[in-house]
Amino acid sequence: MTRKKLNIAVTGLNAIDSPGPGVAVIRGLLEAKSFDANIVGLAYESLEPGIYMHNLVSKTYQVPYPSAGVDVLLDRLQFIHQKEHLDVIIPNFDAELYSYIKIEGELNAMGIHIFLPTMTQLEERHKINLFDFGKKYAIKVPKSKVIYEISDIYDLQKEFEMPVVVKGKFYDAGIASNIDQVKSLFKKISAKWGLPIIIQEFVQGTEFNITGLGDGKGNTIAAVPMRKQYITDKGKAWGGISIADQTMLDLTNHFIGSTKWRGGFELELMKDKNNEFNLLEINPRMPAWIYLAVGVGQNIPEALVRMALGEEVTPYTTYDIGKMFIRYAWDMIVDISEFQKISTSGEL
Amino acid sequence: MRIKKNIAISESGFMFNPITGESFTVNPIGTEILQMINDGFESDQIIEAICNKYQVDQHTFDKDLTDFTGMLDHHHLSQHHDKEEA
Repeated sequence: MTRKKLNIAVTGLNAIDSPGPGVAVIRGLLEAKSFDANIVGLAYESLEPGIYMHNLVSKTYQVPYPSAGVDVLLDRLQFIHQKEHLDVIIPNFDAELYSYIKIEGELNAMGIHIFLPTMTQLEERHKINLFDFGKKYAIKVPKSKVIYEISDIYDLQKEFEMPVVVKGKFYDAGIASNIDQVKSLFKKISAKWGLPIIIQEFVQGTEFNITGLGDGKGNTIAAVPMRKQYITDKGKAWGGISIADQTMLDLTNHFIGSTKWRGGFELELMKDKNNEFNLLEINPRMPAWIYLAVGVGQNIPEALVRMALGEEVTPYTTYDIGKMFIRYAWDMIVDISEFQKISTSGEL
Repeated sequence: MRIKKNIAISESGFMFNPITGESFTVNPIGTEILQMINDGFESDQIIEAICNKYQVDQHTFDKDLTDFTGMLDHHHLSQHHDKEEA
């Protein structure tokens, strides 16, 4: 039987030291059993490594940054669609999800499918709203406060014990042990990612993550918990192992069931000294370590594509326990003509 | 005491807790003791077996065994007969 061929566009090709999920997602798609994937890369910068991985990506187009607005993005996607006849787009950056959710109707009219959370789901799990999210859905979340001005920092000592975690709106975080360090991180992170800044209670413990897929009706289609074994100075997992923690799976089912989450996600958890899980963040897309899920038997990228196309997907219920991922860096040798082509024409 | 049922122990002394993802390595004597614990030996039986097999006095090994089983407890690898498996 011939498998159907799908043209799938993927962002997040920045497989660098703080990697985007794109390359891992693509590896899952290329191993899909239910379709043959032709991968079209969508890149923001001309040095995103995935652009040059021709064994994974057949063609890459530069796309405008989210700050350019949805009309510019839509124009660019229409141009790409004319050439590549896209079936599905998988956006992999938090910051671009707003744009894609806004243009879902236009994309559908063009015959392009996406499978993302709703705007409400995206907003209420945002770092800024996570503390209220925890209260609403009865999930333990460390106390946090959103601040817009540096003068607000002086009131923190009344509400928080040091140290605290200082977080950017989308990315970046640091631990501050005193008010001066909070001020320093406020300036550094806000200069890069803008305001507001989130101050979160510091929870000492061990980091665990779980990735999964919700069908938008409250059902868990996939879930794989992982313990970080090696963490980089940027807080990224460079090694991890699949585990069999039922509490984490129950928490995930509760999260999906109560929010009716639609799409891929990652829950970042901290297990504290009382052996309780604290929800630190909800990433509204597949994580950079998603290939571990594929490796243990749950091809979440494949299931996500099938759900985007409106197919019925049987939930995964098992996975291999005790399988590890170990990330590595690899130097590719690239001719300058390729760099020149993507830099000048926006295509490669 | 006994080692929790879900803890995997290899012949080379590698222990893996599938719930937490933690892994540990123990030396050959430790592996031997783990095997005895799994075979249902009580502390005094382990002490007797080890002291007969190796050149170690009972007092020293008693202290080492207490340290070792304390570590197993600390890392939630063992359970006592009167407690349900966590």
